Amino acid sequence: MNAVLQSQQQGQGTGARVAGAQPLVVAHDLAKTFDVSAPWLNRVLERKPRTLLHAVDGVSFEIEAGKTLALVGESGCGKSTVARLLVGLYEPTRGGMHFDGQDAHAAFKTAEGRKLRKRIQMIFQDPYASLNPRWIVENIIAEPMREHGILTERGAVRERVGELLKSVGLSPLDMAKYPHQFSGGQRQRISIARALATAPEFLVCDEPTSALDVSVQAQVLNIMKDLQRERGLTYLFISHNLAVVRHVSDQVGVMYLGRLVELADKRELFAQPRHPYTRMLLDAIPQMHATGRARTPVQGEVPNPLSPPSGCAFHPRCPHANARCSAERPVLQQIGGVRVACHAVEEGRI
Amino acid sequence: MSLLQVKNLVVEFPSRRGTLRALDDISFDIAPGEILGVVGESGAGKSLTGAAIIGLLEPPGRVAGGEIVLEGQRIDQLGFEQMRHIRGRKIGAIFQDPLTSLNPLYTVGRQLVETIRTHLQVNDAEARRRAIDLLKDTGIPAAEQRIDHFPHQFSGGMRQRVVIALALAAEPKLIVADEPTTALDVSIQAQIIQLLKRLCHERGAAVMLITHDMGVIAETCDRVAVMYAGRVAEIGPVHEVIHQPAHPYTGGLMASIPDMASDRERLNQIDGAMPRLNAIPTGCAYNPRCPRAFDRCLVERPDLMNAGATHAACWLHDAADPHRGQGAVAAQHQRERAAGERAAPDAAQPLPEVQP
Repeated sequence: MNAVLQSQQQGQGTGARVAGAQPLVVAHDLAKTFDVSAPWLNRVLERKPRTLLHAVDGVSFEIEAGKTLALVGESGCGKSTVARLLVGLYEPTRGGMHFDGQDAHAAFKTAEGRKLRKRIQMIFQDPYASLNPRWIVENIIAEPMREHGILTERGAVRERVGELLKSVGLSPLDMAKYPHQFSGGQRQRISIARALATAPEFLVCDEPTSALDVSVQAQVLNIMKDLQRERGLTYLFISHNLAVVRHVSDQVGVMYLGRLVELADKRELFAQPRHPYTRMLLDAIPQMHATGRARTPVQGEVPNPLSPPSGCAFHPRCPHANARCSAERPVLQQIGGVRVACHAVEEGRI
Repeated sequence: MSLLQVKNLVVEFPSRRGTLRALDDISFDIAPGEILGVVGESGAGKSLTGAAIIGLLEPPGRVAGGEIVLEGQRIDQLGFEQMRHIRGRKIGAIFQDPLTSLNPLYTVGRQLVETIRTHLQVNDAEARRRAIDLLKDTGIPAAEQRIDHFPHQFSGGMRQRVVIALALAAEPKLIVADEPTTALDVSIQAQIIQLLKRLCHERGAAVMLITHDMGVIAETCDRVAVMYAGRVAEIGPVHEVIHQPAHPYTGGLMASIPDMASDRERLNQIDGAMPRLNAIPTGCAYNPRCPRAFDRCLVERPDLMNAGATHAACWLHDAADPHRGQGAVAAQHQRERAAGERAAPDAAQPLPEVQP
């Protein structure tokens, strides 16, 4: 296991050196297993075994400073679990994350952890649930600063909150209002301002625009891009919307049932998707300029993650599956400039 | 002869602080077998329009004016009992969340048989046979066994198929589908949309497809109505509305959607948000956000008028107005801008000033 890990890290190290930049975030073999067993008494009486849900099962990637990695996939594929692992809301079952060269999950437990948490912040999906309705905006945005002891003097905090509100396109006067006085898009901007309060380098955005209308989504995406340019932020952007991903990301990772099936440069992925699942996802998006287009969508549904199929988890839905696919689980490997986990691609069948 | 006519429909919600007008003077019609898309942002009134048509407005909401005519019969004034015979038999409904549209205590077979027997003169065995056929048609594998399963035993996509089967059970002429794919994953969404399109085509049923997803509209519908703040902003053939929008709101909406075919650094954004019902601006409701608003837009409310291939509620297209030329010019600019952006990613020049 250790040897595998080391070789993976070395591989990533050399890859990064070729690219000419040290990746800010390196996730290696990240895994999270949840115990979803029946209660103890039921297990004893009904002789049920323990059930484990492998929400994330060995995900490795790296993100260079100032870049955006997007993770896409359907519900239940583990993308939000990855987000929570990266900000330290979950403890990984296996593997870990290196942030700026140091082991983040080890550091989170020590006194140094606070410094690290300051540099990693998160934006949540639902701007209605992630802001405290009883607090005014000033306190919402000031809380991380106070918590981390960045600014404590009231006047200075106010000034900073005002600046942050301005940077997300709101007025400093808004700081005296409550969250319910804002629309969904404005609330999401408040969450962004709060995430920026500790001047982080790395932002984990878990579906930041999926609760918003399209015209408002455009406002939020534009602000996020502007902030990235101005402050050199690094994003992990989680979404199920490929068109949004295509707009914001530099690299794209496609997840299926807890594993990365393809990790590629954005242009590469959209121009020439390799993995059959990526192809299916791309084909499934309804396109605006293709009025009246007829197509045959791939059949089947995402299997139950509690009992994933043997071999490649996608093989029951895959048009290119053969005996090897149902027996042997493909690993993510470098094929033609992208990383893809597929026997068919590896063998050159597709 | 259109199947459904909605004429000057007004829906109001009386409240202690005054009456809120949620739908304000909406008119459109649906031809037999046609798929009409209704699109708009949340709060635009799309779901309310659907609810008014199927007679399921939640009190205190009420139809305060206008009429809804289905196959020549006025249905907006019908009582609850009379409406029950229309719902299911003449108008089928599909809602967003398939789990809440099905009764969790009954098997899907029982729910299907009940619907079929309520509306059609058939016996139990025949109804069950039809129910199995319906489930087969909607692509549910092993329909003979699955018919005796409960809703919780189906996955989300399969449940939505059951709901579609239920909506089609009594062979209605019109299906009102309110966000039928919003709760589903993209790969399932594509399957369900295809299914809905195929089944309705086979049975000659017209569909009113309510969604906020322009992509779904583009691929599925014949015509589309764009709603804004309780009114129809633009209505016309789907291709024209998407590619040559006549209303500035439609244009802005289209440009704000991240597109798989273009590489823009910034998305076009419509600043501001849709007004609340208690604070709808005078004149055109879109005027505070509209880049092309002029004096008249602030005071006088436009109704739908001829705008090339579509109908738009926008003074830029008023034939009797000196600003008339502007409409065509604006559309031309919009096309040029769209073309320019596709060709050169960062070409974000402002619209040139237009002299009337």
